[in-house]
Parts: sequence; C-alpha cells; structure tokens
Amino acid sequence: MSWLQNPATETQITHRARLWLYATSVLVMVFLVIPTLLVIPMSFSASQYLEFPPREWSLRWYASYFSSTSWMDATATSLKAGLLTALLSTPLATMAAYGLHVSRLRHANLLLMLLLTPMVVPVILIGIGVFYAYVKLKLVNSMLGLVLAHSMLAIPVVMLVVSSALKTFDMDQELVARSLGASRLKAFWLVTLPQIKFSVVTGAVLAFLTSFDEIIVSLFVSGGPNSTLTRNMFNALRDQVDPTIAAISTLIVLVTTILLVITQYVGRSK
Amino acid sequence: MTDLPNAFALQRNALWERLGLASLIMPALLLIIITMLVPVCWLFYLSVLSDAGNFSLEHYQRMWEQPSYGRTFVNTFKVSLLTTGICILLGYPLAYFLSELPQRVANLCMVAVLLPLWTSLLVRTYAWLVLLQRKGLINNWGIELGMWDEPLALVHNLTGTLIGMVHVMLPFLVLPLYSAMRAIDRNYLRAAANLGAGPLRSFWLVFFPLALPGLSAGVLIVFILCLGFYVTPAVLGGGKVIMVSSRIANDIEIFFNWGAASALGVVLLLLTALLIFGAMRLTRVGSVLSDRAAS
Repeated sequence: MSWLQNPATETQITHRARLWLYATSVLVMVFLVIPTLLVIPMSFSASQYLEFPPREWSLRWYASYFSSTSWMDATATSLKAGLLTALLSTPLATMAAYGLHVSRLRHANLLLMLLLTPMVVPVILIGIGVFYAYVKLKLVNSMLGLVLAHSMLAIPVVMLVVSSALKTFDMDQELVARSLGASRLKAFWLVTLPQIKFSVVTGAVLAFLTSFDEIIVSLFVSGGPNSTLTRNMFNALRDQVDPTIAAISTLIVLVTTILLVITQYVGRSK
Repeated sequence: MTDLPNAFALQRNALWERLGLASLIMPALLLIIITMLVPVCWLFYLSVLSDAGNFSLEHYQRMWEQPSYGRTFVNTFKVSLLTTGICILLGYPLAYFLSELPQRVANLCMVAVLLPLWTSLLVRTYAWLVLLQRKGLINNWGIELGMWDEPLALVHNLTGTLIGMVHVMLPFLVLPLYSAMRAIDRNYLRAAANLGAGPLRSFWLVFFPLALPGLSAGVLIVFILCLGFYVTPAVLGGGKVIMVSSRIANDIEIFFNWGAASALGVVLLLLTALLIFGAMRLTRVGSVLSDRAAS
C-alpha cells in the first residue's frame, strides 16, 4: 500500500489524506445508481414483497403487465403521444431555431427567452393552466390536447439541441448553394439539414422522452381511455406498492437506454 | 413600379426576406402562447377574482392571514434548503473527485451521474419507495447488520422526501460544478503551493473561488427546481410533507378552488422569477468583482 504515501497532486497532499474523498465519492456514485440497478432484478422476483436478492425468480409481474388491458392501453397512449409529440415539436422547433439563427432580428434574445419559458415556469402551474384552458376548449382527456401540451414542453428542449448545432454550422455553405441557383428551402433541405441531421434526430428522441416521461401535465389533462402510463403509475404509487410497476420500470429503463444508445451510435457514425 | 430606384427595391427585398425568415418562429411561438402563456395569464386573472366573480384580493389576503398557508411556504423553503444543502455536501466532493481523474476514467464515472437523469422520475421514485419501506431492503440490511433493531420509518415522511429529492437533484448540481472545476488551470494551485500555501489554504483561496460560478449555477438550478417540485414529495412524503405544489394540486383536485390554487401558483411563479433575476444580478456583480480581482 505504498501508493497511499505518494502525493496525489503535485502539491503536498497524499492519497492517504484523501481517502475520505475517494470513499465519499464512491458512496455517492453508488447512491446515484442503486435505485435504477435494483429495480431490474427485483422485477424478476416471484414474491409479492420485493426482496433483494430474490429467493425465487419468475416472470409473473411481466405476465400481469402484459395481460392487463388498462396497463396496455396506457402504454399505447404514451407511445402514441410520444411519437406525435416528436413529430410535431421537432419541425416546429427546428424552424424556430433556424429562423432565429438566420434572421438576426434585433430582439432575437427576447424571442428566444419567450420560446424557452416552458422550461422555467413551474410545471404544476403549467399543468393547472392547461387543464383550465382545456376545460373551456373541451380538450380534456383528448389525444390532441395531450400532444399539444407535450409539444409545448418539448419545443425548448429540441430548440436548444438544434440551435447549438446551427451555431457550429458554416452558413456560407447555404449561400454557395443559393448562388448556384437553389432556393432557400432547397438549400436548407439539401445542404444544411443533412449536416445538422444528428442534432435534429437527437432532438426528436428527447422530445419523445419528454412526452413519455411527463407526469404532471398528463395527470391533469389525460384520463379515461387516453390515460398515460405515467399517470397510471403515479396513481398506483400513491395507493400501494404493486410489483407490476417494477416490471414496467425495467421495460422503461430498457427502452430509454436503447433509444439513447442508438442516437449516440448514429452520432458517431455520421 | 418598375421605375423604383434599384437600391430601394433591394432594400425592400431584404426586409421581406428577413420578415419571412422571422415568421419561421411563429408556429412554435404560437403554440407556446396558446398552450402556456394564455392559460397562465388566465390563472393570474382568476387569482384576483372573488368567489362571487368580482375583483378582489381575497385569495391573497387569505394566504396572508391563514397560518396553514404560512406553514406550507415555510415547509417548502425548509425542504428546498435542506435538499440543496445535502446536495452541496454530497455533490462537491464528487465533482472535485471527478475533476481530478483522467478524462477517460471521469467520462466512465459520469455515467453514474447521468444514469439517474435518463431514468424516468417515476421509476426512481418507485425504487426508493421499495428500498425504504418498513420491510424494504435498507431496513432489512440495517437490522441484519445490527445497526438498528426496529424498522425505521424511512418513507412517507420528511426523511423519505429528502432522500428522493436529493437523488433527483444531485446530477443538476454535479454537472455544472464538474465542468467549472474541469476548466480550472491547475497551474494556479501549483503556483499557490510554490508560494507556500498548504493544501487547505490553496483550496480555499484559489480553487474554491474559481469553481464558485459552477457551484452557484448548480445551487440556483437545484433550489428553483425544488421550489416547484411535485412528484417526489407527493409519493415519498405520503401526505405529510405539504409543499406549495402539492397544495395547488389539492386545491384543484379536491376543492375545485381555482382562485386559491391560482393565487398560490402566482406567488410560486413570482418567487421563482425573483430568484432567477436576483441570481442574474448577483452573478453579474460577482463576475465583475472577480474580473477586477484578476486584473
């Protein structure tokens, strides 16, 4: 254990004097990952009481999830809302990011702040505001209302990703294309978009996840046949600890990880 | 109009083009205005209507007079401050440790910080509920290891809420702090050591001030997110930890009292805006001061 005596940095402190730092950091990292990592084995437990390590393995909670119509309907609603949100918010946010970037308006910063407000306003306030408006517009419990509200929440996320890509993009390339006779739209479509493609796809994935993970707005404006998965999970958690949720959680972690790994992979191979 | 001066026509062309480009912002802006700004302004309006429908400040007055509202705000601030404080205690050493590691190892360890961010909030809340309950893992292990005899009440109270909230907020503190620490030129520390400062002194006088912008950014984000937080206190607090957001939800779901809920929401929004504004002023003052100190 002689390395303990070695200096940790080029200043005087030794590794031994820093052991507390290493111990704290490792413990905090364990604290951060443990809930996610424990849910997975627990979902395969046969017992009603979630134990770790499970004494007996079984797939009964997965069976109970896949055979329940209410969980299946909720999953379908969430997937549909996520996809539609990605489809609606990605083009809107990309247009807005592009417009802000190239038009060089005098009040661009003010507009940007306005477009980012959904990130700053407390979600509970957005939730009840949207609920109130939807009661008047008869949009409560409708897919359209859910997708519109989720798109509003997703637009700032997509905009931030696409704007940062546009900042590193050389706009003169578009100018060249236009000087050779391409229209603005054609130049964007054939020159700019292929080069910021990765960020647009990342933005779309984040938009999907924003909607898929969203709890509070869904709690207020989704319901009946259009109840989302998060809404059902939240209500189930308030009542009792149902191990089916462990199975659902494992599936959600799996889907999210696959989506994010795919975007990383696409980004690397571009 | 063919006899217009060419320059004028070009100028008008350019103006139209810029307006056309600016109009690309409109669909997104319109969606945000319709689904967020208008409803929130509507809530502002509802908050100054009495139950009879006249203009009145009775909802704000009640908030001022009823001690239960005061307790809710005190509770919210208490939980937010405690969460932020614990996040600093746990996050500062971790960010420091990560910033000292070689880049490759640090990137690997960052997965631990990012994993909670990409795990659904409900999944994590559920996991904590299972881990912390009376017959949960933490209690079982603690009793088996002889650390305590009776199952501790770790969930459906303040303890559970704090554990869950710290877990949610920690990445938001560590990420800006880590990038600020990474950017610090370690030659400053070598220079301090060379001039005779001990490790503690060079940390306190050189490293800490240089990492301060990252720390204050993280603290601000965490505190603001805590103020409006709903899901974790609602599930892990088990109805015993009443924060402003849970109270707003209750006013709507149970009492259908839009005026009271809106008034609470308005106060929450103003508090948040005030904090952001104040922090922006402060950091500007702070950066001016540090610039002056550096020059």
